[in-house]
Amino acid sequence: MSTSQRPLLITGVEFVDGSGGDLLIIDGAFVDPDRAPADVERVDATGLLALPGLVDPHTHLREPGREDTETIATGTAAAARGGFTAVAAMANTQPVTDTAEAAEFVHDTAIREGAAKVQPVGAVSKGLAGEELAELGLMARSRAGVRMFSDDGRCVADPLLMRRALEYVRAFDGVIAQHAQDPRLAGPGACCHEGEISGRLGLGGWPAVAESVIVARDVQLAELTGSRLHVCHVSTAESVEVLRWAKQRGIRVSAEVTPHHLLLTTDEVLGYDPTYKVNPPLRPAEDVQALRQALVDGTIDAVGTDHAPHARQDKEHAFADAAFGMLGLETALGVVIETMIDSGLIDWFRLVEVMSAAPARILGLSDQGQPLVEGSPGNLTLIDPGARARVDAGDSLSLSRNNPWHGRDLPDPVQLTVWSGRITYRRS
Amino acid sequence: MRNLLSAADLSAEEVFSILDLAEEMSEVQARPIKKLPALRGRTVVNLFFEDSTRTRSSFELAGKWLSADVINVSAKGSSVSKGESLRDTVLTIAAMGVDAMVIRHSASGAPAQAAAWTQIPVLNAGDGTHEHPTQALLDAFAIRRHLRRSDPEAEIAGKKIAIVGDLTHSRVARSGVSLLRTLGAEIVLVAPPTLMPSGVGTWPVSLSTDLDEVLGEVDVAMMLRVQRERMSGGYFPTPREYTVGYGLTRDRLAKLKPGAAICHPGPMNRGLEISADAADAASSLVLEQVAAGVAVRMSVLYHLLGGEEDQ
Repeated sequence: MSTSQRPLLITGVEFVDGSGGDLLIIDGAFVDPDRAPADVERVDATGLLALPGLVDPHTHLREPGREDTETIATGTAAAARGGFTAVAAMANTQPVTDTAEAAEFVHDTAIREGAAKVQPVGAVSKGLAGEELAELGLMARSRAGVRMFSDDGRCVADPLLMRRALEYVRAFDGVIAQHAQDPRLAGPGACCHEGEISGRLGLGGWPAVAESVIVARDVQLAELTGSRLHVCHVSTAESVEVLRWAKQRGIRVSAEVTPHHLLLTTDEVLGYDPTYKVNPPLRPAEDVQALRQALVDGTIDAVGTDHAPHARQDKEHAFADAAFGMLGLETALGVVIETMIDSGLIDWFRLVEVMSAAPARILGLSDQGQPLVEGSPGNLTLIDPGARARVDAGDSLSLSRNNPWHGRDLPDPVQLTVWSGRITYRRS
Repeated sequence: MRNLLSAADLSAEEVFSILDLAEEMSEVQARPIKKLPALRGRTVVNLFFEDSTRTRSSFELAGKWLSADVINVSAKGSSVSKGESLRDTVLTIAAMGVDAMVIRHSASGAPAQAAAWTQIPVLNAGDGTHEHPTQALLDAFAIRRHLRRSDPEAEIAGKKIAIVGDLTHSRVARSGVSLLRTLGAEIVLVAPPTLMPSGVGTWPVSLSTDLDEVLGEVDVAMMLRVQRERMSGGYFPTPREYTVGYGLTRDRLAKLKPGAAICHPGPMNRGLEISADAADAASSLVLEQVAAGVAVRMSVLYHLLGGEEDQ
C-alpha cells in the first residue's frame, strides 16, 4: 500500500458535471489548488474522472474470528482498490460485535491497519440470537461511535424485539439495518430463489415473499416508532413495491441493493456452483429490472456490496451445504457502471449519490460522501470510465477467492483512491 | 456417455440401448452363476454420503456381476464432521485410480459438482431432492416388461402414467418425468398443492389434485413415498387425511383400468400412500422394480465403462 501525508496535487481531473481542474489536499482536506507548496506530490489525472470516495454500507471483514478469510487490513485494501474510502463492517464476526469493547476492537484495529475508514456495525441482539437486545447504547457511546445496528446474516424475526430495537436507538439517532428474511418462509434448507429453477434442480427454495413480508412489517414498525430503518440487500420486486409505498408515506426507511443483484440472475445456479450461493439469493430477471429501476427513481437509496469472503473449504461443498456469500468490494463500481451507467439508466451524479453520499448519510458519517470542494475531507476516487478487464479471481487483495465475476469482462475503472489525503490504492 | 447425472441427459436412443442391454443382463441375473467378464480389471467406487441399503446393494451386485472390483465408501457426514470438503473427498477417491464413481448424496447437485471436479465417470445414485436417474430407468424397464406381457411389441410411448404424492421432495419423480417424457409417455402429476414443486407449471406434464379423477385413465399408477422426515413444514394435516386424498387404497384399486400397473420406488409406507392390497396386488411391479434395478445398473455401468476399451 502506498501512503503519503505530503500535500497531494492532482492535476487535470474531470468532474461529474463535465468541468475540469486541479485538486489539492493538505492535512487531509481539500484546499485551493493555487496554494500548492513546492514539495507537493503530483498526480497527473488527465482524462480521469474524480468521484468522492465511495462508501460501502455493508461489508464483512471477518476480523475477529476468521482472519484466514479476511482481515481488517486485507478487506480495507480490497475496498481501497475498489475505490472505497469507508466501509461499514457487519457484526457477525466471532465473537459477535455486540459490546462496546468488541466495536472498539474493530475501530482501533482499523485505525492502526486499515486502508479505509471502518465503521463498526453493532449487533441488534446478543450473539445474533434474536432474543435480547445487545448493548446498543454502550456501543453508540463507545470510541467506535456505532450508529448502525444489524444482525445481518440473520433476520431480527421477533416483531417485538424489532420494535424495541427501533424504539431504543431513537435516543441516539441510530438506525436498525434489517436482513429481511422470514426464517419460517425461507427455512433452514433455503439456498436459492424459489421458482422454476429451484423446483427443477431440487434445491430448497427461498421465496420472494419471505423478504417482502418482513420489509412490510418493519416499515410499519418504523412508522409506529418514528425510527430509522435500513433494509439490507433488497432483492425482490415485491420489496421494492413495499418500499415505494413506505417512502410515499414518509416513513424513515432507506434501502440498499448489491451489485450482484443488479446483474446476476438465478440462472447462475444451474451448474450448482456454490460461488453463486448468496443470501438473499440471486433472483429472476424481472426482479433485477425492478431493482435497477428502484435505484434510478430513489426507492433504493444506495449500493451495498455485501462483500462476504469465504475460504475455499467453506465453499467446496455441495450447493446446499456451502457457505452463503460472494466477494464484492473490488468489482462493485465496475458492475454498477456496467448495469446503470453504460446502460444509460443513471448519470454520474446519481452514481455518486448511491455509492458515496447516501451511504455516508445512512451511516451517519459526516467525514465521508462529501463533494470535492474546499474544506471537504480529502477523500476521492480517480477512475477511467472506459477501462475494462477480464476479472481474474486470483488477482485480488482479498484473502478469499469466492469471486462471482471471475472470467467476465467488466469495467475496471479505479486508478487511484485517496482517503483523508493518503493514497490508499494506486493502479500500477 | 461420459457421466449419468440426470435422466434429462439421455436421448431416447440411449435409453433404448440401456433398456435393451438390461434385458440381456437380466438373463444373467437368472443364471446360477451370475458373472460376466465385461468390467474385469475396472474399479467402481460406491461413494455413499447418504444411507441406502437398497440402492447401494443394487449397484454393488451390478458391478460385481460384471466382474468389476467394487468398493463401498460410506462417507455419510464425514466431509463435514472431519472438516473435509466434498471436493477434497471426491479428488481423494479419484486419486486412487478408480474407474468410476457412483455417488449418492443428501444434497442436490453433489454428483454434478463431482463430475465438474474430476475426469472420472460419475453416476448419480440419487442426489437430495433432485434426481435418481437409474431409478427412472428401472421404472421404465419394469413398466415396459409389464406392457410386453400382453403385447410383445408394446412401448411406453403413448401410455398414460400418473405419478402420485410427495412430488416436492421426490428425486424419483423428477427423473421419472424426464425419462418417461423422453420415451413419449403422457404424464399426470397428482398431489395436494403443497407437495407440487415450484415451477411445476412449466413441466411437460398435466397436473391434478384429484386422484380419483385420473385413476381410471392411467396405464401406470406410480405411488411415491411420503418423505415424513422432510415434513417439518406441515404439508398436509394428518396421515389419515393424506391417505383419504392420495393413498392407493383398496377402494381405489378397483378404479384402475384392468391391467394397469402399480409402481413404488420403496421403501413403502404401507397404509399411508399405498395399501397392503395395492402393494401386493397382481399388477404391482414393486419387486420387479427392485430386480430390474440390478440389471439396469449393470447396463449403465457397461455403457459408462465397457465401451472404452474398444475406442
